[in-house]
Amino acid sequence: MRWVEQLRMRLQMLLHRGRESQRLLAELEFHVEQQTAENIAAGMSPEEARYAALRAFGNPTLLRERARENWNWHMVESLLRDIRYGVRTLGRSPGFTLIAIIVLALGIGSTVALFTVVNSVLLKPLPLPEPDRVMAIHEADTIAKVDNNSVAGGTFESWRDGNKSFEKIAIATQMDVNLSASNGQLPERVQGVISTAEALPLLGVRPVYGRLFNATDDSYGANGTVLVSWGFWKRRFGGDPGAVGRTILLDAKPHTIIGVLPAWFTYPDQRVQLWTTVYFWAAPETMHSHDSHNFAVIGRLKQGVSAAAAQADLSSISLSERKLHPDGPVFNAASVRPLLESETRDVKTVLYALFAATGCLLLIACLNIANLLVARAATRRRELAIRTALGGSRGRLIREQLVEALLLSFAGTALGLLLAQGALMWLVHLRSDLPRVDAIHLDLYAILFSVGLAVICGVVAGLAPALIEDEAQVVRALQESSRAVSGGHRSVHLRRALLSVEVALTVVLLVGAGLFLRSYQKLCETSIGVPTDHVLTMTLSLPDMSYRGPAKKVAFEETLIDRIRVLPGVRAVSVTTLLPGADNGEDDAITIHEDPPLKQGDWLDASVRFVDPGYFESMKLPILKGRSFSPDERLGHNKYAIVSESFVREIMHGRQPLGKHVDDANNNQPGEKGEASNEIIGVVGNVREVPGETGRPTVYFPLYGGLHGYVQLAVHTEGDPLQMAIPVQKTVAALDSNLPVSDVLSYDQLIGKNNVSESFDATLLSIFAVLSLVLAAVGLFGVLSYIVAQRTGEIGVRIALGAQREQVLRLMLVDGMKPALFGLVLGLIGSIATTRLIQSLLYGTKALDPVVFATVAAALLAVAGLACLVPAWRASRLDPMQALRTE
Amino acid sequence: MGKPSDLVQGTLDLLILKTVALEPKHGWAIAKRIGQLSNDVLQVQQGSLYPALHRLEQQGWIRAKWAESETGREAKFYSLTAAGRKQLDAETANWKRLSDAVNLVVETA
Repeated sequence: MRWVEQLRMRLQMLLHRGRESQRLLAELEFHVEQQTAENIAAGMSPEEARYAALRAFGNPTLLRERARENWNWHMVESLLRDIRYGVRTLGRSPGFTLIAIIVLALGIGSTVALFTVVNSVLLKPLPLPEPDRVMAIHEADTIAKVDNNSVAGGTFESWRDGNKSFEKIAIATQMDVNLSASNGQLPERVQGVISTAEALPLLGVRPVYGRLFNATDDSYGANGTVLVSWGFWKRRFGGDPGAVGRTILLDAKPHTIIGVLPAWFTYPDQRVQLWTTVYFWAAPETMHSHDSHNFAVIGRLKQGVSAAAAQADLSSISLSERKLHPDGPVFNAASVRPLLESETRDVKTVLYALFAATGCLLLIACLNIANLLVARAATRRRELAIRTALGGSRGRLIREQLVEALLLSFAGTALGLLLAQGALMWLVHLRSDLPRVDAIHLDLYAILFSVGLAVICGVVAGLAPALIEDEAQVVRALQESSRAVSGGHRSVHLRRALLSVEVALTVVLLVGAGLFLRSYQKLCETSIGVPTDHVLTMTLSLPDMSYRGPAKKVAFEETLIDRIRVLPGVRAVSVTTLLPGADNGEDDAITIHEDPPLKQGDWLDASVRFVDPGYFESMKLPILKGRSFSPDERLGHNKYAIVSESFVREIMHGRQPLGKHVDDANNNQPGEKGEASNEIIGVVGNVREVPGETGRPTVYFPLYGGLHGYVQLAVHTEGDPLQMAIPVQKTVAALDSNLPVSDVLSYDQLIGKNNVSESFDATLLSIFAVLSLVLAAVGLFGVLSYIVAQRTGEIGVRIALGAQREQVLRLMLVDGMKPALFGLVLGLIGSIATTRLIQSLLYGTKALDPVVFATVAAALLAVAGLACLVPAWRASRLDPMQALRTE
Repeated sequence: MGKPSDLVQGTLDLLILKTVALEPKHGWAIAKRIGQLSNDVLQVQQGSLYPALHRLEQQGWIRAKWAESETGREAKFYSLTAAGRKQLDAETANWKRLSDAVNLVVETA
């Protein structure tokens, strides 16, 4: 029954600790009394007897402590006591405590925020059953050096039917569709996925209501079917299970809702509202073509098959297709990557770079705290020495300092988590374009990570000052008289070393931030080729059902242009399939009719845009040769083309373009046979499709050919473009109230959306760099102030003996700048070594940009100089009498 | 006579358990009793005695009770628990084995 006894003791020690302490005292006192009584009996005087007893007894406090150490809960008790001491010590210097907590909170907060992003976006598996086996599959070409091209319908079919590696392989391509108004709800443009029937089973999804697609749904001429997302179902149908079986109009085609997808299913992202079938949507030619690359393809590997084996399998199929179709852009290989990797490859480097930056910042913060604690430990040397002399063990003293540092770091972590939460909300708001952005939450991993950080920071910051004091030094501190305040050289050395590291890290961060800023600046400076101020942009999509045939589309587009053009405040209107700077869009394999046939396996690639007759004039895109389209070059009379300067240079090798013909098989009129040969009637300036790339060869065709119902409008206004948004939207609604308008933005905003990641990266990195610069400056200032205070006597003597104040100033400045200079050199070397890693993220900027390096060095020296100047100046102003008297 | 020999590590527990096995005793009496029985060879220092008593108590081998001492003052009396008695037997056996072994080595070598 020993455990009963032990439990009883445990409870007793927990609940009656105060009483037990009293009893311990009484017990020991009793012992002394007994001894005294015995001594008296042996013939001593009462007083003598008691002294002898006490002497024999030894140090009663120590004995009491030793006895208590055997009590239950002793660990908890002493920990609580250390914490109490720690809180009290920290409370005595609230300024220091506050600064330390804020510094740590900044470091830990930013690191935790970035960790959460990295973990949620890059590391956490996709929310699918057995996500490791789900692959993203692209077309690749060993000659053209392409490895992530969209997949042609025909190639997909060959893969699907011929592969031996995949359980299932499916198309799942995102697209926007128009959802018509119904039940009093507005029309809207929604994101959807067109997929083959295998896609959802492949991803491991089961419907909450209804069923998934079957082969009949996913075929030409089937009835339209759609699966809706949980969110869409709640929003548009109020969560009514009766929604299954109802019909909605997508691009004016009726679709029956056959099921509701579960709430957890958010692939490819949260914004996707519905899934429908690809064979129902796409034209049969598209699905059989090997050179029209339109689709995103996913596959689930068979158990035990590796991605590399699957890639070899599909590549061999592609290669044989290539041999069957030697002409045109038919690719000869495949690329198979885990889906997660494929979705996040664009952001991987930058996220890791930012994470590394926060790590640097945290390290700097931590070093700074260590530095401050070393300074405090130095001022507390006498206290510590006395305590050591009174029997405090070294272990205990170290433990106390550790607890103090841990208290700081945990307080910093608590505040840091709040900061991280705020930072994440800001980041998710700003970077909604990040893949898996909806998966970013401060979760258990982040909390555990931050606790880990707190412990590491506390230990690093707490042990540094503890380690500089060894036993011998403590004793010396006692022996030294109060004059010898200049002791503790080791602490000064340690602090200088810490500072140098801090400065070095700061330099690396500053250089990184500088490079990003410069790259962003370059990006913003490059014009996309047309003026962008005072322009309102928006996107419209005319559904094929209500605008069947070219004539209807052209009629709508022409009327719309005429109506908007006459609105008050509007100077001009341009309509095109895709505005410069908005995105990469359609590109086709084209041929020049007059040129000899290309070598087998080669093809020429140009971007294809359709524009209204007034487009070049209204967009102020200069016509370099020939003329613009005329309004009657339309519908059956539209075989004309205008090409860009880069087209002439790269595709026609500078030969005379006017009068030649461009063939583009993808832009035939319905029912037309053979290749459409379009006469080149003009040459215009280059534009950039996205900021930061060169002007690609582009060919323009007349919009009034009527092939395209998906258009972007650019409305050139006299005043603030956004003021015109409502009148223009009203004009659209007056023509067709079922037609949703999307992306209503100023032209600058539209382009800015493409720059958002660069702007964001530069901003974030700059914040980190500035913070670390401030921390380093504070560190320098602190160390030099401390050195000056320590050397007050010495400086007093120097001045008294005739040293010039300038000499003292110089002496102290050199003292302070040494670690800064050392750190600067170290940091520059470090930067040279690390900036190569971010070269791929920079636009128009070399990783070793001399301007950035020089600016950083100058800025750092200036800040360091300022931080050192104040204490140095103070030293030079010392009154020697005063200084000597304080000795 | 030289310095009182230090107790062999771990034997103090055994001595305490043995001493309180007959009747409850307070700390001072335990130290005295050990001294007497060993002809003052074994001197238990307070610095080891009280921590040891508290450790044994926490472990449930002995139990403390406050009672009036022979001088009429309240004192803390320690007595053996049932578990402590078993422990005493085990430690005694252990000690026998150990000391026999040591004797054997010392005498034959």
